[in-house]
Order: sequence, then C-alpha cells, then structure tokens
Amino acid sequence: MIRAAIIVCWVMAIGLALFLIAPLLVIAAASFSPTPVFDLPLTGASTRWYGKIGRLDGFWPSLLLSLEIALLSTAISLVCGTLAAIAIARGKLPGAGIFATALVSPLMMPGLVLGIALLQGFRAIGFTAPWATLLVAHLVITLPYVARTMISGLARFDFTLIEAARTLGCTYPGSVLRVMVPALAPSFLIAGIFSFLASFDNYPVSIFLADVRTKTLPIRMLQYIEEAPDPTLAALSTLILAGTVILLFVSDRAVGLHRMAGTSD
Amino acid sequence: MTEATLPAPVAAPAVDRERLTAIGFVLPSFLIIAGVFALPLVLLLGVSYVDANGLSFANYKRLLGTPYYLWVIWNSLRLGLLTTLIAFLISYPAAFALARARGPLRSLLLATLFLPLAASVIVKAFAWTILLRSDGIVNETLIALGIIEDPIRMIFTETALIVGAVNIFLPFMILPIYAIVAQLDPRYAEAAATLGASPVVTFFRVILPLTLPGIIAGVALVFSLSVSAYVVPTLLIGEKYPTLATTIAKAYLLAREPGFGAAAGVVLLAIAIAVVALSARLSREPK
Repeated sequence: MIRAAIIVCWVMAIGLALFLIAPLLVIAAASFSPTPVFDLPLTGASTRWYGKIGRLDGFWPSLLLSLEIALLSTAISLVCGTLAAIAIARGKLPGAGIFATALVSPLMMPGLVLGIALLQGFRAIGFTAPWATLLVAHLVITLPYVARTMISGLARFDFTLIEAARTLGCTYPGSVLRVMVPALAPSFLIAGIFSFLASFDNYPVSIFLADVRTKTLPIRMLQYIEEAPDPTLAALSTLILAGTVILLFVSDRAVGLHRMAGTSD
Repeated sequence: MTEATLPAPVAAPAVDRERLTAIGFVLPSFLIIAGVFALPLVLLLGVSYVDANGLSFANYKRLLGTPYYLWVIWNSLRLGLLTTLIAFLISYPAAFALARARGPLRSLLLATLFLPLAASVIVKAFAWTILLRSDGIVNETLIALGIIEDPIRMIFTETALIVGAVNIFLPFMILPIYAIVAQLDPRYAEAAATLGASPVVTFFRVILPLTLPGIIAGVALVFSLSVSAYVVPTLLIGEKYPTLATTIAKAYLLAREPGFGAAAGVVLLAIAIAVVALSARLSREPK
C-alpha cells in the first residue's frame, strides 16, 4: 500500500510538471507556425512572426513604459523595503510585527480591487497623470515582495556580526559593506526579480490607470489577443519567456533555485 | 567604573536615537502602504455607499438582492472552490515526491514550478486558448488516441476555465506544501509505525496534521487568487461566466457606475479578508 502511495506521488509530480510546462512549450512552438492559424511547426518552421513583433500597433511605447515602471518601482521598493525590513529585524521598532503584516498585506488583496481603489483615490486628489499614477501604484505592487523576502532574509542575519567587524577594526560603513551586503545579496536579488516581474506582468491594477496613449505591455497584449490573435503574439510571449528563463538561470547560478522555494512560503 | 557613575543623560537619548532611526527607516514604506493602499481602500468603502441619489445602500441592495448578481457572486466562489480543490488534490501527493527527489531531477521539477510562476498570466491564458481550440492539440490528441471521434468544444466552457485556472495557480499551492513536507522529519512516521500504527492511521494522525500549516497557506493563497481572477475568465470563458472581478471591471471601464463597482469590490475584498483571517486563525490553533 505504501508502494502504491509512492507511485501515486510520483505520477502526480511528473504529471504536474508536464501540465505546468505545457502552455509554455505550446506558445514557443506556435511562434514558429508556418501559417497564421497557430499550426505547430511539424511541416516547416517560420521565423517571420518574430520580425513582425516591432510592427504591432503601439508595441514599442508600451514595452518602454512597462520597463520604466517596473525598473523604477522595483528600485524604489528595494530601498524603502530593505530599510523597513532592517528596522523590523533589529527589534528596536515598537509594533514591529504589525508593520511586517501591514507591509505584506497587499499580496493577499485582489489586484482589481486595489486598481479601482487607487483610481478613486487618485481622482479624489486630482492626481491623474497616467505615467505618475502607474509608478506610484506599482510601488504598492512591488513593495510587499521586497518586504516579505527581505524580512525573512534579515531574520537569519546576525546583527552582532557588524559589531564583531567593528571590534576587529572595520569602520561602520565598511562593516555594513563587507559583512551585511554580501550576506543579504541573495535575498536582495530574489526580491528584485520577483518585484520586477510582478510589476512588468501586472494587468488588474494598471488597466484602471492607463489611458489611450499610456498603455502598459500586458494591457496591449490582452488587447491584441482579444482583437486579432496571430502567431506574432506567440513570438512576443516566447521572447518574454526566454528573457525570464535567462533571468532565472542567472539567479540560479548566483543563489540557487531551492533558496527561492524557501523564501516564497 | 561602576554603574552609578555612568552618564545616564547620555545613555537614555542613545536608546531614543535607535528608536528614532528605526522609525525613520520604516517611515517611507509605511507612508506608501498607508497612503497608496489603506487610505484608497477606505475611500472605496465610502464610494460603495454612493449612488445617483447620494448616500444609500442601493448598490448593495442591487448586488445582494438580485438573483443575477447572486449568481455572479456564486460564479466567483465556484471558480475559487473548484480551482483550490483540484490544485490541492494534485499538489499534495506531488509535494511528497518533490521532497524526495534529489540532484538534477529535483532541479528540473523545481524549474517547472518556477518558470510558469515567472511567466505572465496573459501569456499562459493565451496558450490555453491555443491548446483547447477545436483544432487544437488537446482535441487532436484525444482523437488520435481514439477517446473521442469528433472534436469537442472546449474553449469558452467551464472546463477550459477550470483547467486554465488550475494551471495558472497550481505553483502557489504546491510551493507552501512542499516547503513544509521537505522539513518533515521521517522519524515521526517511523515512530508511529514502531508503535503499531497502520500506514493509514500514520497518515491521518501524524503526516496530515504535521503538514497542515502548508495546506492552509496554499489553500488560502490559491482561493484568494482564483476567486478574484480577471484575465483567466475573460480569455477562457468570456461573457457567459460573469464573476465579481469581471463585474467590477465592467462597472468602471464600460458602464461608468463607480458606486456599484465599488460595492462589488468591497464584497470581493470581504471574501479575501475572510479567507486570510480564517487561515490565520486555523494555523494558530493548537493541534
């Protein structure tokens, strides 16, 4: 019976792996479709759809906008979130537990509800410039990822190591730079990647803040899919996937994927 | 130097300064969460009581008093419940295999969990629209295997919706369960067996209770994500399966009924908060 249970576990695990990876493989295969109707390239592959990506209506401004918002909001959140996590981890802050819960709480909230709440809020104070509202809104999307990863990363960091380095002759900035920064670099990298992806992929918040001329890439992509899906979209999706694979591969080399599993609970 | 001669007036401000620094460190994040998260949500609650005639409960009466909108709320809950149940039934056994995997196999299995997690929801939902087309791969495989004779309509059905939602939210179920299962000490199960417990008893009395925190975390996360999903129902089933999320979007983007949309948002928020509160309570309870 135990043997049967073990077999069930392995069947489920392998089935799950195939099921999860299937849509990604299909997108990649369809991007080489020889015809415009998503044929799998069994009879011959074509790369012409990749050449058509740049000619999608409004593609370049949207890509640029999404990159700007994702990079800037991640950078700001990394600074603010890390400072907050240090304050929470050092234990000198009254009510640290409440702050920790408050900082990660947006993760459990429906994105769409946050989107309409921000739309109402920004309108109420007359703050309606789409680029600026998107950036401010994406701070709330990225900050919880940084706070969660940095709080759990700092929980394992021993602050007396800084004192030890100073006793051994390091200056205060020197000891932070040579002791704390290397110890926290993996958490920092993971926090940065997850927060960048959360912002770059966000649809439910951005859709309420964008206007006709200021559309992020996910908004543009959903529009393309609803209007006229063709293999160009599969090609674009494949390129984004390839970028993500490279990002994950590099971070796996740097910190190890199993550490990412540990911090995402 | 004895303690009595320590310059007390200097020592006290030193503590204050540390506290002030800590407050200074947390302040930017606090301002972002308070100003761009908490305050707008409070405002949304206020807007949900506003309709064309001023302050009233009209939006909630319409939402909770018409059979159509009760069906919409049920659709959201049904999507959340089915997705969570199926994702759990697949993830729980798989987490045990994943925890026992070693070396390259473990890296490969973990990569299949992280890669989809990093891929855009829109891209994955789009892939399912290609997979489930009547001339798509799923249909052609089923025909080739002789399971069906003619292609069956899958896209824009509830099956497509649930398959897509399970696929997209599955990593959020297995990762918390895996994190707990991987730390499970095998000696507990061995001790139970030594004491004469059958495998079934060992599972229900030892393994299941020990892995419960992971299950609670995964269930809460997948339910709150799937109950409020917007992209998945929009692309995989469309108009005929309206949910709270699609109703909110329609009220704001098409119908210009912010009060009604806000009320639907508050209901969805209440569901999410209930799930978080319940899971926090369950994971605190002594075994």
